[in-house]
Formats: sequence, C-alpha cells, structure tokens
Amino acid sequence: MGYVVRRLLQTLPTIAAILVIAFLMVQLAPGDAVDALAGGGGDEAYYDYLRSYLQLDRPLPEQFLSYAGHLLRGDMSISFVQGGRPVAELIAQRLPATLLLISTALLIATAGGLVLGSLAARRPFGAFDMGITTTALVSYSLPAFWLAQLALITLAFRLGLFPVQGMTDARADYTGLAHYLDVGRHLVLPALVLATSDLALVTRVTRAGLVQELDRDYVRTAKGLGLRERDVVVRHALPNALLPVVTVIGNRIGLLFTVTVVVETVFGWPGLGTLLLQAAQTRDRPLLLGMMLVVAAFVTLANLATDLIYAWIDPRIRFD
Amino acid sequence: MVRRFLRSPSGVFGGALFLVVAVVALLAGTIAPGDPLASAGASLQSPSLDHVMGTDNFGRDLFRAVVHGTRTSMTVVAAVVAMSLVIGMVVGMVSGYVGGVVDSVLMRVTEMFQSVPRFFLAILVVGLFGSGLDNLVLLLGLTSWDLLARVVRAESLSLRKREFVDAARSMGASPVRILLRHILPNVLPSAVVVASLLGSRVILIEAALAFIGLGDPNAVSLGSLLDNAQQFLSVAWWMSAFPGIAIAVAVLGLNLMGDAVNDLLNPLSVTAARPRRSYKGVLAPAK
Repeated sequence: MGYVVRRLLQTLPTIAAILVIAFLMVQLAPGDAVDALAGGGGDEAYYDYLRSYLQLDRPLPEQFLSYAGHLLRGDMSISFVQGGRPVAELIAQRLPATLLLISTALLIATAGGLVLGSLAARRPFGAFDMGITTTALVSYSLPAFWLAQLALITLAFRLGLFPVQGMTDARADYTGLAHYLDVGRHLVLPALVLATSDLALVTRVTRAGLVQELDRDYVRTAKGLGLRERDVVVRHALPNALLPVVTVIGNRIGLLFTVTVVVETVFGWPGLGTLLLQAAQTRDRPLLLGMMLVVAAFVTLANLATDLIYAWIDPRIRFD
Repeated sequence: MVRRFLRSPSGVFGGALFLVVAVVALLAGTIAPGDPLASAGASLQSPSLDHVMGTDNFGRDLFRAVVHGTRTSMTVVAAVVAMSLVIGMVVGMVSGYVGGVVDSVLMRVTEMFQSVPRFFLAILVVGLFGSGLDNLVLLLGLTSWDLLARVVRAESLSLRKREFVDAARSMGASPVRILLRHILPNVLPSAVVVASLLGSRVILIEAALAFIGLGDPNAVSLGSLLDNAQQFLSVAWWMSAFPGIAIAVAVLGLNLMGDAVNDLLNPLSVTAARPRRSYKGVLAPAK
C-alpha cells in the first residue's frame, strides 16, 4: 500500500512538467483562441472584450498560476470554445466511450493473443505456427486507420454485417437491453481494428516465451509424470511465460490512447479522440490541457497496475 | 554479419520491400511524371490500363499520387532518422564512454523524452504551429532519439572496457578520436536496427497526422490520400486500397529488416526464440 502511494506521488512531477510544457506550447503558437472563435478581420473592440473575458490579456505567469490554482481545487476551468462549458464536463461526457473502446480492444488482444500464441507454440515452425507468425507480422505493420477503412469497405458496406458510423443507431431510440446490444454491434469493428496490432504483438510474445519455457526441464518432468499437454501448457509453462506479455500490454496502453484518435475518426465514435481534434483545431487551451492531463493520468495508472500485476504473477518480485 | 543477414529469408524479403519503396521514392519523377495534384481525366474511375490505380474524386491519377506520396513519406523518414541517429549516437556514446555524472544526467534527460506521448505532442505542435513538413520533421527528429541513445549507450559501456580501446587510450589517442574511430564503427550495426524500427514508426505517425487533416497541404501524402478516400469508401475502394498498401509495404519492409538484424545481434530476442536443439547449451533464464 505504501508502495502504491509512493509511486503515485512520484508521478506528480512528471505530470506537472507535461502541464507546463503544454501550456507554454499553446501559448507560443501563432494565433489564439479568439481568432478561432470570432474569425479574422472583425471588430477590434469585440476581440479585446473576448480577450479580457477569457483572461488572455493577463501576464503569462499569472494565467498559469490561476489555471494551476483552479486545478488543485479539482476545477479544470471552462472551455474557450465549446459554449463555455466546463472542461471536466466535456471530458467526462466523452471518456466512457473511449474507455469502453480501449478496454474491449485490450481484452480482445490479451485473450486472443494468449490463445493464439499458445496454439502456435505447441509445434514451433509447424504449418500452423508459420501461418500465425506471418499473419501477426503483417498485421502488426498495417496502419490502424487503413485497416479501419478496409473493414468498413468489406464488412460494413459490401456485406452489411456491421453499422458504419457512431456508437448507437440514431434512428432507433433503444432502451435497456436493446440499447446495450445496439452499442455492442457498433463496438465490434472499432474494437477489433484497435486491437489488431496488439493482438499480433501479444501473440508473438506469448509464442516466443512459451517456446522457450516448453523446452525446460520442469516441463519435461511434468510431461513425464503423465500430465495432459493442455495442463502442462496452461498450468505450468504459461504462467512463467506471462511476464513479458504483461510488460508489452502495459507499455501499449499509452499507445492505445493515441491510436484510438484515428480509429474514432474513421468510425465516428464519440470519444476523446474526436474531441481532441476539435480542441486542436480551435486552439481551445483549457480543453487541450485537460485532455493531456486525463490521458497522462490514465497512462500512469496503467503503468502502476502493470507493476502490481507483475508482483501478483511472480511471487519472487516484491516491492518495498 | 552481412552474410548472416542474407541467410535470413524474412530479412532479405524485408530488405527487398524496402529497396523497392526507396527506389520508387528516389525516382518518383521518372516513374510517374507530371504534377500529382493536377487532374488527369474523369473523376472516380476504377483501375484500368490508363490509370492502373484509378482516379480520385478530383480526377487525379492515383498511381501518380501514391508514387509521389511515397516520396513525401520517405523524405520525412530519412530526415527524422538522420536527426535521431546524430543526436542519439552522440548522446549514447558520450554517456556510455564518459560515464559518471555526465552519464546520469544524459540518461535522466533521455528518460524524459521517452515518456513524451509523441503522437499527442505531434497533434499539438502541428495543430498549433501549422502543418508544414518542416515542423513535423523537427518535432519528431528532436524527440525520437531516446531508444537509440539507450541502445548505443549500452554498447559503448561494454566497448570502453575492451582491450583495443585500452590500447588506443594508452597510445595517447584523444577521447574524440577513440569515440569516432573505435566506438562508432562498433555501435553502428545496432544503431541501424533501432533506426529502421524508428523509420517504420515515423511512416505511421506521418500518415496518421495527414489522415486526420494535419498534413502538409502542399505535398501529396499517403495519409491525406486515405483521408480523402474516407468519404468515398462505399463507391471507390481503390482510393483507400492502394495508398494503404503502399504504407503497409514500407512499414513491413522496415519491420522485417529490423527484426532480422535484431535476431542476429540478440539470439534470445522475442522474434528469434526457437527451441534448443540440444540440452548442452545453457541459455540464460528468460525473464
């Protein structure tokens, strides 16, 4: 427990540094939110009014301190552009969709990768293994947004198996179970596309680890004792091959948050990715900063979770 | 080293793919002459003998666009990789060879760059400072050298204890000379591996940025071709298929090449894992 608290405290300076850098960068950029809000060539007096209303006419350190002060009180300030709504509210509105997408993708990648990797490792360099390894290598190299388009062209447009856009069917107003089914149907394609490269990676790492483990003496002993092959793999070899898999998955969570930006764009998924693009295009500083913070926090938590899972899987690892 | 690389079938295949992409990029003007942004006939034609990859919604020839887009991608890759190689190798070699305080300071800085969410930063920078390729190259070149520096540092660390380096030092060679003449040639192979994997990441980032509309509007990019294809997915599959294949081929080639060289340098790596033929050789326990 003390370890968890200390790890969380250690991340504060990093997050603070990211915040300062992002703040300065938004400031250094040519043009400001007022241009984006009101367009160019308008009434100067109105611009000045907007600037003082958004407090953009104050000195930079004062702006930053005021922002940081609000932040410490749990207030992410209000969006410049999106109708002056609180940033926290905007993010909270979009976050569940993104988390749903990312966690589904993670689940697919982890479960699928473990199964495929184990199957491939049973006969290394056999036909099945070569097929899986090659497919994994190729799919790891495909850009997610292109894969998304291919999935749309073939599975959604041609075959009509899946809905094309969004998270729910806008024409039908489902409630209860029907609503969940509707979301599930919309979720399949984006989650699969988002999962693809991680699925490939987890498969490769699982296979490689298992191939090494299955060659060890204890596995021979277990087989000699007459255990079924499935039990040998699942109960003895797999847990030992799991550590690199956990590392890989933990490292990829940050990447998932970025890949989801493009995947959400293709599928019109109403998550953080599309909000981030709007914020970048309109120079909405509070919104951009807020999103950087939230994503940084999630990545940090994911890293912490990775380390804790480590200790849980491998009792030799202890934190103090 | 080279001979062993040539014996790895996937490495050779990857190298061949990359070679094709590089030649296309270098000879873009000869292979597909003409302005890739100019119209070349009726719009949305499916692939035919006149237009092997079809035309897009503006009537532009897609083959020409893909060839020139490949050139754009590879230009960005070459510039970013060159910048990262210079920074990463200098930081890594100095850090590993000099050691001490210099090493710890440089490595802390490297770790900082490692935790930078690159794509987010790229969206910020390009979205705010304008979408010229120069901005993108600068940003990626200045922030992508972390892994290179770490790998090169590890190599230099072991090299500085070797006899030939001791010999050079005892003969009065200056540190700069030792770094350039003795350390540099020996860290170069691993640096090239990391650089090729970095190259494949850069292609993807450049394409992704162009795809979400943050690419350079004055250059044809494979990513922006895909962005353009998005609205015509149901009527013109070729607009999406061919630029995507071009990206995939380039990325796959670089990945395969990097993997193959990596297997040579590190027989215990993920991709190289294969069963031991005999129980005589003792392998270090996998972590």
